[in-house]
Amino acid sequence: MSAPQAPTDDVVHSESFLRSLMRRQLVLSITCASAFLVVLFGLPVANYVAPDLMATRIAGFTLSWLLLGVLFFPAVWVISFYFIRRSIWLENDEVEQARSAGRKEI
Amino acid sequence: MLHDTGLVALAMLGGVDPWIFAFSFITVAVTVWMGFRSAKQSKTASDYFVAGRSVSVGWNASAISGEYLSAASFMGVAGMVMSSGYDALWYPVCYACGYLFLLLFIAGPLRRFGAYTIPDFAEGRYDSPLFRKIAVCFVLFIGFFYTMPQMKGAGTTLAYIFPGMPYWGGVVLVGAVITLNVALGGMKGITLVQAFQYWAKMFAISVPVFVLLSVYGFYNTQLAANATPIESTQQPALVQSVAQEIGRQPLVEKAPADETWISPFGPLTTKAAKAAGLSAEEARPYSLLYTYSLIIALVCGTAGLPHILVRFYTNPDGVAAKRTTMWVMILIGVFYVFPPVFGVLGRNFMPELYTGLSGIKGTDQVVLKLPTLLGEKYGPLGSILSGITCAGAFAAFMSTFSGLLVSMTGALAHDVYGRMLRPKATAQERMRMFKIAAVLIGTVAIGLGTLVETLEINFMVGQAFAIASASYFPLLFMSVWWRGMTMKGAASGMLVGGLSALAAATLTNASTLALDKGPMGKVFAVFAPLNDFWKDHPLLRILCEQPAIWAVPLAITLMIVVSKATRAAVPSDIRMKMLVLHAPEKLGLKQEYIQEHQTGAGH
Repeated sequence: MSAPQAPTDDVVHSESFLRSLMRRQLVLSITCASAFLVVLFGLPVANYVAPDLMATRIAGFTLSWLLLGVLFFPAVWVISFYFIRRSIWLENDEVEQARSAGRKEI
Repeated sequence: MLHDTGLVALAMLGGVDPWIFAFSFITVAVTVWMGFRSAKQSKTASDYFVAGRSVSVGWNASAISGEYLSAASFMGVAGMVMSSGYDALWYPVCYACGYLFLLLFIAGPLRRFGAYTIPDFAEGRYDSPLFRKIAVCFVLFIGFFYTMPQMKGAGTTLAYIFPGMPYWGGVVLVGAVITLNVALGGMKGITLVQAFQYWAKMFAISVPVFVLLSVYGFYNTQLAANATPIESTQQPALVQSVAQEIGRQPLVEKAPADETWISPFGPLTTKAAKAAGLSAEEARPYSLLYTYSLIIALVCGTAGLPHILVRFYTNPDGVAAKRTTMWVMILIGVFYVFPPVFGVLGRNFMPELYTGLSGIKGTDQVVLKLPTLLGEKYGPLGSILSGITCAGAFAAFMSTFSGLLVSMTGALAHDVYGRMLRPKATAQERMRMFKIAAVLIGTVAIGLGTLVETLEINFMVGQAFAIASASYFPLLFMSVWWRGMTMKGAASGMLVGGLSALAAATLTNASTLALDKGPMGKVFAVFAPLNDFWKDHPLLRILCEQPAIWAVPLAITLMIVVSKATRAAVPSDIRMKMLVLHAPEKLGLKQEYIQEHQTGAGH
């Protein structure tokens, strides 16, 4: 990640461009994935540790049923919506970077 | 047409409900008609393979969803919620959420890389025709495993609609119709048909649920009639009064009790530990392990199913591929709220289904049969709604089967014939080969389908997911994000992970089949002693039944270790490949890459 080694003649093909590209995308993906995995792997733990709490009735549903059978889907939609907006922004930003660095491509 | 006259002749047999028959017939007829109609529009070989890459986001999302919602989703999930309760909810949730993983890590880069199929990707990423062959084998492998439960769904649904029809008759009939359809229409036809079938399934599952709930009381009231462990000791009268209010039927002997059914770690995940004679308290850690392994298999398996991945190539660009995944998640997420409702209703109002054997004769039938309850109060409405759910079931196994057929046929015609056997074949020859391959694979799938009458739909689907999660998922994930991967590393991880998951699942399957009292029990009698072994080792049983928790890490570890050992073999232009995978398409690196790689994956 240090100074550009510039083995090829332009920014797009440089090592540093690729590294920052992949790192930014991976950070975004991992951030979203951890939000998702905390919920996914947390729910069995909650069921395991606090069965009485998870059996609380909320309008007829048990808490764990309501979370898994109904509310889980919207939660995932929110994560993916955020991811898509961010990643499209990221791509545009990368194009912008590459272009302002002097190389033009169609 | 042959199959039409066949259906009409069968309808004349006694005991067929005209409404159920009419709705199922219309679904089949519309599917076939759409296939033929679009056959006229697909002209070039490219049309056949990936629909000319011009499918819009809405159509493509509906089509992916239509393909994904199989017989297991439509019938199996409801039946499983009815028989096992809470734990079965993980299936629909993880089926839907696996797409998030696809979106986060795989969908965009794969599309940017721009190859027609996964084998194309495998070859392009590692410059290795040998690896392409291995990848093609896995497409066919996972594909055939996934077609078997679809065929089983087809055979048993037809047996429900036409009482007296043999199981194999349904398999042959449905298989022949779809094979013909794919051979004549190609993928373009299938995109339209799949999209139509998503909406047919959505309609078929939601409308009967709304009608049933408005008659018998809503989802929450239905659940409130099942007592939790606390309620059954502290306030049993309250739950009792709810049950009386909605007119709940008394449970039969074989049904699990309310307390285990509605709570986590119920019958599904404690089976192995229970068989070993452990107490409920001792069994809980085993259930937790089972639950986690199931989650990993389903989430990673979704990202690795070959017939789903191929569709990302039908998006015009990477942004569209991401938008498509978003819509797929919404479409299937909404869908998956409904099947569990059927399961809950079935438990409260059709407990007699518990007495049947597992599989379609038992709770798996609940989606098809439950609407007939309305017949008592509203006459033909019950039959009409049951006809609608039968039509949905048809749409379910027909669409998944045709999707699989397209990707397997693509692998055979495009990879084996077009790239290995006759690279110089003309476009016309390739198109003819596509048709021949479709018929060939359809025939094999039908043959396999007739063999699996005694196997459970959900278990077979689970096998396909386990294999996919331990083979394709690690391959795609690691190839996209780690530049140090070599062909040898990728291939060894994929093969060892996939095959060991397959072996473990098959072992469990064979020992279960050995318990069968019919002819299959005799065939698999060799495996009967395994069941005694499982009783002594419940942990091993769980690890074999749900192999993902060790098979996925095994595959990834192998990939890393072998790749490090063969570091010199990392493709020399790895930086360019990584750029193509990750740089925005607007930079036009793909064209540059193809120019440098005249012999590469270009078409």
